[in-house]
Amino acid sequence: MKPFTPFESSIAVLAADNVDTDQIIPARFLKTTTKEGLGLQLFHDWRYGKDGAPKADFPLNRPEAKGAEVLIAGDNFGCGSSREHAPWALTDAGFRAVVSTSFADIFYGNSLKNALLPIKVEPGVHAKLLAAGSGARVKVDLESQTLTLPDGSTASFPVDAFPKRCMLLGVDELGYLLQFEGEIAAFEAGRPAPHDTRTPVQDR
Amino acid sequence: MTPRTLYDKIWDEHIVAQRPGEPALLYVDLQLVHEVTSPQAFEGLRQRGLKVRRPDRTIATIDHSIPTIDRAKPIADPIAARQVAQMGINCKEFGLPIMAPGSGHQGVVHVFSPELGLIQPGMTLVCGDSHTATHGAFGVLAFGIGTSQVEMVLATQCLLQQPSRNLRVNVTGRLRPGVTAKDIILALIAKIGVGGGTGCVIEYAGEAIRGLSMEGRMTISNMSIEAGARAGLIAPDEVTFAYLKGRAFAPKGAEWDAAVARWKTYVSDEGAVFDREVTLDGSALEPMITFGTNPAMGIAITGTVPEPGAMAAGIERDSLVKALKYMGITGGQSILGHPIDVVFVGSCTNGRIEDLRAAAGVLRGRKVAPGVRALIVPGSEVVKKMAEAEGLDRIFLAAGAEWREAGCSMCLAMNGDMLQPGQTCVATSNRNFEGRQGPGGRTLLASPITAAASAVAGAVADPRSLA
Repeated sequence: MKPFTPFESSIAVLAADNVDTDQIIPARFLKTTTKEGLGLQLFHDWRYGKDGAPKADFPLNRPEAKGAEVLIAGDNFGCGSSREHAPWALTDAGFRAVVSTSFADIFYGNSLKNALLPIKVEPGVHAKLLAAGSGARVKVDLESQTLTLPDGSTASFPVDAFPKRCMLLGVDELGYLLQFEGEIAAFEAGRPAPHDTRTPVQDR
Repeated sequence: MTPRTLYDKIWDEHIVAQRPGEPALLYVDLQLVHEVTSPQAFEGLRQRGLKVRRPDRTIATIDHSIPTIDRAKPIADPIAARQVAQMGINCKEFGLPIMAPGSGHQGVVHVFSPELGLIQPGMTLVCGDSHTATHGAFGVLAFGIGTSQVEMVLATQCLLQQPSRNLRVNVTGRLRPGVTAKDIILALIAKIGVGGGTGCVIEYAGEAIRGLSMEGRMTISNMSIEAGARAGLIAPDEVTFAYLKGRAFAPKGAEWDAAVARWKTYVSDEGAVFDREVTLDGSALEPMITFGTNPAMGIAITGTVPEPGAMAAGIERDSLVKALKYMGITGGQSILGHPIDVVFVGSCTNGRIEDLRAAAGVLRGRKVAPGVRALIVPGSEVVKKMAEAEGLDRIFLAAGAEWREAGCSMCLAMNGDMLQPGQTCVATSNRNFEGRQGPGGRTLLASPITAAASAVAGAVADPRSLA
């Protein structure tokens, strides 16, 4: 992962609540065994018609939404399935941050692990972004935890210190976990496994 | 000592280490693996030159991408075939056990594992699947994770975690005839909303929960995620112990007695403080069904679909308008009698033997309505074998339903079992999101008996009308 640096970008607005990960990336596209290329199928069934052509009325297909690296979404974004394909699809399509009033837990955690910053804002700030509409510009600074709105005002957003540090440095959690080999081995020594999954069923 | 909740006890027992200001390392007792959310994790291990730390605490199956018919033939979809093959390759390379099709134990990841007695009170359990919450029914801290975390657990058997808040859901009283576990959980989600449990671990308690079988409890815990909660626990009791006794991986002899004594400690202490409590009157519940495009859009089957015109303007009303338009359902009307095309009985929510018995009880001596397709999909090869030994398959076939092989099937339509655009399905699964059962497909979530009754009527039907 690359270090997450401050950036300025236009926004794309998708004003719907409870957008589930089946909408972000439908299940039939999860048969892939890699992380790449999912951006093409992002919001597939909202984005394309039956003939495969982009639907002109889908907000992300409008000209002003093109090139946006920040998605403005509704309440409880990313609910449903735990598929990490959802943040993979968003980042593959060029998004680096999603702004909402709230996020589903698993999506929130998955995003932080994939250089996609979930930015939680107050309803008032959110309303300003919805009103500004796709194409308006914002600045995102993770270090200072500030979002600069199109009108020049700023809003701060929460993020836990640990994932913040990981994102800023571009390091992942597995590297951190591997440092604890000694502690893990000691814990295991005091806690025998309830069973060995490798023992064939007929031998039990 | 301060009284603790069941969740707090399991959490405390599994903390390996925690540095100041950093998340805790939570030890994972068991990881379940399936073909969809694991390939990128194994690839990550290869790139880093890592092994699976504890193959003995890991078990795999294949459930999402495999067809439920013609299992003897090669998988027709080349991308699905590659994914299924990759699961076998990864298990072989990393030394993991796999319950492959034909092994006698393959099944939906959350159905085959309890059947083997692998899930025992007090454990921590993860899987790259949000319905991992199912196993909370055993007093297990079980939750879904993303693929990055699947890789972390494969490599270290640990996860970095922050504690969740405690939410207790008390379901009081006794259920009336025709009301099932599925109706409890649909009623709860309708009450607290799809984000109502966000940041929380739920503990389900109360007389109505205690009165449920393990199958019913699993149905409830399974859908915790549909209220936004990561996990949904139920304290173990005699029902739990009776279910586990004699299962392949359950302790035997003197070890059994010691295990039961230990398992009995996995209850919330008297006076334990919950961050939030919600009460549901179980005795007042009716069979439930959803009408919209998220699991909180549910009503009593005798109820009326909400009318957007009666709501204040805003995103919420817009969502309801959009949902009703997608579903082809009119607000302000009864849902009973709404025409349907397909019925799906199966999934990790309601694909267990008790669910199939319930559906067969309704279909016995009756016929699926002309023009309606009914798909009955056992949750595992074990469920299939039991159902056939009991003659349930013959009841389904005589009624005109299809009897399939075990898998996730039409719950998420990855394997070719799917709705056609515009079709309406009463499904016993867990999600009614747009396109969940196929692009343009419309899903109404309900219990197995409501689904079966609707199959007979060819329209949404109250199961009590066929009692």
